Amino acid sequence: MTDLTELGVKAIRDGVAAGDFSAREVAEAFNANVEAAQQALNAFIVATPEKAIEAASAVDAARAKGEALGKMAGVPIGMKDLFATKGVQTTAASHILEGFVPEYESTVSANLWKAGAGMLGKLNLDQFAMGSSNETSYFGNVISPWRKAGSNAALAPGGSSGGSSAAIAARLCPAATGTDTGGSIRQPAAFVGISGIKPTYGRCSRWGVVAFASSLDQAGPMARDVTDCAIMLEAMAGFDPKDSTSLNLPVPQWEAGLNADLRGKKVGIPREYRMDGTDPEILASWDRGIEWLKDAGAEIVDVSLPHTKYALPAYYIVAPAEASSNLARYDGVRYGLRDLPEGAGLQDMYAATRAAGFGDEVKRRIMIGTYVLSAGFYDAYYNQAQRVRTLIANDFKAAFELCDVILAPTTPTASFPLGDKVDDPLAMYLNDVFAVPASLAGLPAMSVPWGLNSDGLPLGLQIIGRAFDEQGVLNAGLAIESRAMFNAKPEKWW
Amino acid sequence: MVTSYRIQGATGEWEVVIGLEVHAQVTSNAKLFSGAATAFGAEPNSQVSLVDAAMPGMLPVPNRECIRQAVRTGMAIEAQINAWSRFDRKNYFYADLPQGYQISQLYHPLVGEGSLTIEADEKAGIPEDKVIGIERIHVEQDAGKLMHDQHPSMSYVDLNRSGVALMEIVSKPDMRSPAEAGAYMRKLRAILRYVGSCDGNMEEGSMRADVNVSVRRVGDEFGTRTETKNVNSVRFVMQTIEHEARRQVDLIEDGGTVVQETRLFDPGTGTTRSMRSKEDAHDYRYFPDPDLLPLELDEAFLDECRASLPELPDAKRRRYVEGLCLSDYNARELTAEVETFARFEQLLAETATKLEKSETEVATQVANWSLSVAPGVMNALGNEANPAHATASAQAAILGMQAAGDISGGQAKEIFEIVLKTGRDPQEIAETEGLKQQSDTGAIEAVIDDVLAANADKVAEYRGGKDKLFGFFVGQTMKAMQGKGNPAVVNQLLKAKLDG
Repeated sequence: MTDLTELGVKAIRDGVAAGDFSAREVAEAFNANVEAAQQALNAFIVATPEKAIEAASAVDAARAKGEALGKMAGVPIGMKDLFATKGVQTTAASHILEGFVPEYESTVSANLWKAGAGMLGKLNLDQFAMGSSNETSYFGNVISPWRKAGSNAALAPGGSSGGSSAAIAARLCPAATGTDTGGSIRQPAAFVGISGIKPTYGRCSRWGVVAFASSLDQAGPMARDVTDCAIMLEAMAGFDPKDSTSLNLPVPQWEAGLNADLRGKKVGIPREYRMDGTDPEILASWDRGIEWLKDAGAEIVDVSLPHTKYALPAYYIVAPAEASSNLARYDGVRYGLRDLPEGAGLQDMYAATRAAGFGDEVKRRIMIGTYVLSAGFYDAYYNQAQRVRTLIANDFKAAFELCDVILAPTTPTASFPLGDKVDDPLAMYLNDVFAVPASLAGLPAMSVPWGLNSDGLPLGLQIIGRAFDEQGVLNAGLAIESRAMFNAKPEKWW
Repeated sequence: MVTSYRIQGATGEWEVVIGLEVHAQVTSNAKLFSGAATAFGAEPNSQVSLVDAAMPGMLPVPNRECIRQAVRTGMAIEAQINAWSRFDRKNYFYADLPQGYQISQLYHPLVGEGSLTIEADEKAGIPEDKVIGIERIHVEQDAGKLMHDQHPSMSYVDLNRSGVALMEIVSKPDMRSPAEAGAYMRKLRAILRYVGSCDGNMEEGSMRADVNVSVRRVGDEFGTRTETKNVNSVRFVMQTIEHEARRQVDLIEDGGTVVQETRLFDPGTGTTRSMRSKEDAHDYRYFPDPDLLPLELDEAFLDECRASLPELPDAKRRRYVEGLCLSDYNARELTAEVETFARFEQLLAETATKLEKSETEVATQVANWSLSVAPGVMNALGNEANPAHATASAQAAILGMQAAGDISGGQAKEIFEIVLKTGRDPQEIAETEGLKQQSDTGAIEAVIDDVLAANADKVAEYRGGKDKLFGFFVGQTMKAMQGKGNPAVVNQLLKAKLDG
């Protein structure tokens, strides 16, 4: 019998529907992998094998009764621990929410369960999704299943959705949810050789997702290939009246619309993304990607995104500003950690609770955010950053007059060793330099695997599309995927 | 426009300058951004949704009804309605503020400039009508409440109010005396209650004011102001102003300077004390709430708001005077409270229908009944009266009988008294209890003849020129009729018989 954990979303769904294997068998196989890898990879904060079995059994029972099965029926997935899950601890990888068990289910996770998916567990992440290497988690960093050729050094799985990326690459789950505020789906996907799409801002409800930066946060699927992402995104997305920024649009049939034939399409190559200091292998991968899309029938056009260099600074004003306000609710009053020293008053309790409950990176961003919003600095920082944001969105609008999708690298380098950048926040922030512009503009963007670099580590390519055109992004991704023929997987060492 | 109110200082006269920020709770079944209920007096923390408690991942969704009520209020003060407005976060930490920020509107409020008119009131030192400018109205969330008396060392938090919709109605610094401020508060309250956007219940905290006060030499630039927070009655607002103005004048005259600060009013002593100075003021770090899209109102929505506005206090008062020919006093009294005019207008309509007359013809009778007769009877009865029995139809029946001459004014009161106690039908009471007056000329003439015959000596005296005896004959006749003779008819017939 085939190893069920080598199967992706589509293969599992179709196999369960056809009766090739039961959903329960699939869940059991992944549960076993989760357990076996936990010690070494630390991908999960909590495993929920019973939830996976329960959902699988329900699917098997429904199939036995001849009932119609959902889009994700029988597929067990990992849930980033930023999504509130009813009755299951939800921490955002923070100490301040350690032990917090919500009485509600996020809209996105509820949509997935409705579609027949089951939960293998809550995946580790950077604390409050702030980080690019998973090293800011209170529950210890996730370790990438990948290793450099000839080295045993532990590598970063990317972040913030590093638990998601590591678990998929290591076959602990066929797919997982991610969230992307400034690259948190795309960068980890690129680091471990999987696919991940951040849809248009508003496609997936933010209701029940622990907020980092509200105007940027967007959930999306991470999976082994483009088709699996399309299937899962269909299950996750949809208008939600509980989220005022949710898009009131029907969910397109992305899976049915997949088409790798790009004849008649134009692919834009933004000249400003060819930055000094970018790894030559990354630039080479980009050139190769251009060739592939040409081969798929697309016309290649040069485009300009002139305000690209201001994107990262603007992002690091807007995101911390919103975060400093969004995280004010973690105050020790109503839930989560409360540190109340003997004889302490309210202010002392706030200080003690938040000092103990937040990690360094979270504190850093709260302080940056508080600073940029404070009287006398608001105009120079926050308002200026918002203006930059508008200019960046206009850059993309102008570029999309000339092309249908944009091709760019996902990251400036391949995965780096854990500990390498942990003391240098700016170097860490630079990891998201190619990812952040699409986030600021709210555009759909995806990373697909390109291949392995000379160190044997995966690289990804990024496709950015027009607002609401996830289909165009997925199709270009599929065209790359079918030419990259990426099938490498990390050699099992755990 | 001269307001005579002046503070007499040791060095001369001072003028007080007043601006009010009124927080009015929007009448709505649900909170501004959550579906939780808003009833007053519920068990602590029984009206709290996940959003109000700021659980992780919860998001605000604007409540259309709250927006509608604020827009209607803006229209009622003839203000600019901003079809595009936006919510901002006001960030600060406090235990009654679960999100760590209040969702408010700093930069782009829903309602722009408007005004209301306070009426001349000679006695209060307001010589003529005065227009008070209103800067803006914005909508925002209320905070919860801390309870410090439940535990020896801890404070408890009640989040029932957390997230309740408030309108902040900001006046311009246009008022110059406590009386003007009081009149402004009363007028604003009346408008809110007419519109139905706030119940105006100050005891329950539905309406409270931040009182901004400064003093200056007449004609000078504005002085430094203080802001006294959360004053919750019209009387306290006036006391706050009196005290603050006096305090500031004394301070300045003693060589001190007024500091811009937040103060608290103590209703026990009628004084204010410092809460925090400008140096300790919070930096609220306002920025647009990224969880919410800008609020955009379309024409259809605005049209509906406009169409749903009732007749407002000024217009109603004008109509009562000009259309119903009521006195200024009656018009003012009847239009002061929503309940008063509602009862009056219903009774007016029923009475006019009953008498087949126009409303104008019966308005004065109905107004006098509503303002003095009926309340007099009700107050005299105290607890014996069941107000539920005081229906418009019962009162219209009484007024109808009185207008037709079937009952006297005194009988009307007696009948109303029985109605209030028992709920019986007025017509039936008049019949059964013999509370009808005799208007039949034949019957009355017979009684008069008897009276004149029995008092022939007095008749002679009267005819001899002792006019004052006329009252005696009226009294004798009424006495013989057990008070049930229609006085007008009795008078008329007596006059004819005696003089004829």
